[in-house]
Amino acid sequence: MHRLSVLELSRGLAAGDFSSVEITRHFLDRIGSSNDLLNAFITVTEERALEQAAAADQRIKQGTAHALTGIPIAHKDILCVDGVRTTCASKMLESFVAPYSATVVEKLDQVGAVMLGKTNMDEFAMGSSNENSCFGPVRNPWDVSRVPGGSSGGSAAAVAARLVPISTGTDTGGSVRQPAALTGTTGIKPTYGRISRYGMIAFASSLDQAGVIGQSAADAALMLETMCGFDTKDSTSSQQPVEALHNELEGDLKGLRIGVPDVFFAEGLSDGVKAQVEAALNVFESQGATLLQVSLPHLHLSVPAYYVVAPAECSSNLSRFDGVRFGHRCDNPKDLDDLYRRSRSEGFGPEVLRRILTGTFVLSAGYYDAYYKKAQRVRRLINADFQQAFEQVDLIMGPTSPTTAFPLGEKTDDPVSMYLNDIYTVGVSLAGLPAASIPCGLSEGLPVGLHIIGDHFCERKVLSAGHQFQQVTDFHTLRPEGEGA
Amino acid sequence: MSLTREQVEKIATLARVELAADVTTEVTENMSRIIDFFDTLNDVDTDGVAPMAHPLDMTQRLRADEVSEHNERDKFQQSSAQTEGGLYLVPKVIE
Repeated sequence: MHRLSVLELSRGLAAGDFSSVEITRHFLDRIGSSNDLLNAFITVTEERALEQAAAADQRIKQGTAHALTGIPIAHKDILCVDGVRTTCASKMLESFVAPYSATVVEKLDQVGAVMLGKTNMDEFAMGSSNENSCFGPVRNPWDVSRVPGGSSGGSAAAVAARLVPISTGTDTGGSVRQPAALTGTTGIKPTYGRISRYGMIAFASSLDQAGVIGQSAADAALMLETMCGFDTKDSTSSQQPVEALHNELEGDLKGLRIGVPDVFFAEGLSDGVKAQVEAALNVFESQGATLLQVSLPHLHLSVPAYYVVAPAECSSNLSRFDGVRFGHRCDNPKDLDDLYRRSRSEGFGPEVLRRILTGTFVLSAGYYDAYYKKAQRVRRLINADFQQAFEQVDLIMGPTSPTTAFPLGEKTDDPVSMYLNDIYTVGVSLAGLPAASIPCGLSEGLPVGLHIIGDHFCERKVLSAGHQFQQVTDFHTLRPEGEGA
Repeated sequence: MSLTREQVEKIATLARVELAADVTTEVTENMSRIIDFFDTLNDVDTDGVAPMAHPLDMTQRLRADEVSEHNERDKFQQSSAQTEGGLYLVPKVIE
């Protein structure tokens, strides 16, 4: 049953082949037997899930079901769910029970999706390996000695191991796409502003965007379409009409102009990843697409620009954790300042503290112009590079991550080397573009992701290209074997 | 540029975090490496380029000033470590 896609599960539910309660129990059992090893879930909400599943079965019987009614899903533990513990993988929120639900959660509740639980992640979504969780690292089902990527590592590992058929994730600098690449799953983050940020715990507000990690572009399209849309509760929610995605991915690749930036294939890219990505580009070419070289002359500055802008916004957003209104509070504070300082130092892990400090530094008097404003100016140049490229091409493609999944502990001592892992993803985030990662083969037994980037509001074009690729290849159906599977 | 210990301590005060002495040494080293890395931004001339704060050219929406939420103080205060009579309690600020 866990080998079925969301679309197959949906058809099976409609045909009465199985009930939502049955598949919900099946996936809960899988979580029960694998989660000790993979650590993909922080919280499993069995009782709530079975209630939702029973309600979904009623709805299917009554003939008022949506395609996602009765489908088990998971939410990254950054999304507030009313009455459910929401931790952001931080000691700061270890016992925080959300008093309201995120808009995304409400939308998926409304169509009758069944939430199995909350997935592990890097603390406050800050990390590229899922090693920064106060609940311990997530392991990659393809090789349990390796990381699943981050920050949505729990969602990606859970889908890769089929502990859940599909999951939400969030992407600030690559946190949906990079773990999707490292676990052989399909991940998409839409254009900034497409999905409401209401109830999604904030990291960097000009970059944060929810997304989906699933088994295929077709599955992801169905869930993404449900999550998108204008929301008055998010001040930067886009009012652009949402395109239909589900059932709208057919077409062909003839005449599609694909931009291939040379900077994506420069130093730092591993040979194994390069070979698989080039082979994937050849598949697009053989299906009638045209490959064109495009230039992104400022992209090499996207990592430093991102690591100025994102921590600056983080230091501002995370100032709300003061030990007073919610979150961890230190014992026996001697005065208010001591309460603030010790609560925050005890509650936040090392990477979060590092980003708060870096962000405070780049915003401080004397350094604001040299770092923060400078990075914002570079951000405009990076955005302009992409806009110029999209005058010549429909999509841009390249690798999602420079390497396959790396061993746990390999980069934890060196923050700059960890940050450089985000080289292909953060520029896209600074520009607010929609982008997906789809599996395009294995290198030494580990998955490689192809990065598909579209112009603003062109989610359908991105997913459609991914779907066409998945019609003529079977990389997305490869599954891990061995103890993590 | 590299940061001094005193600079990091000042930043920690601004950010309202407490750093233990041994942690400060490590943080100073790591932050210096990160800030050094930021200096590569100076490779490009950005004179005359307007800072970009946001990926989409959008203006802040306005709405009518009408009550849209109801009072859920009791529910929200359940997340707090210490409240009394609807107030959040903190150590005495004024003697």
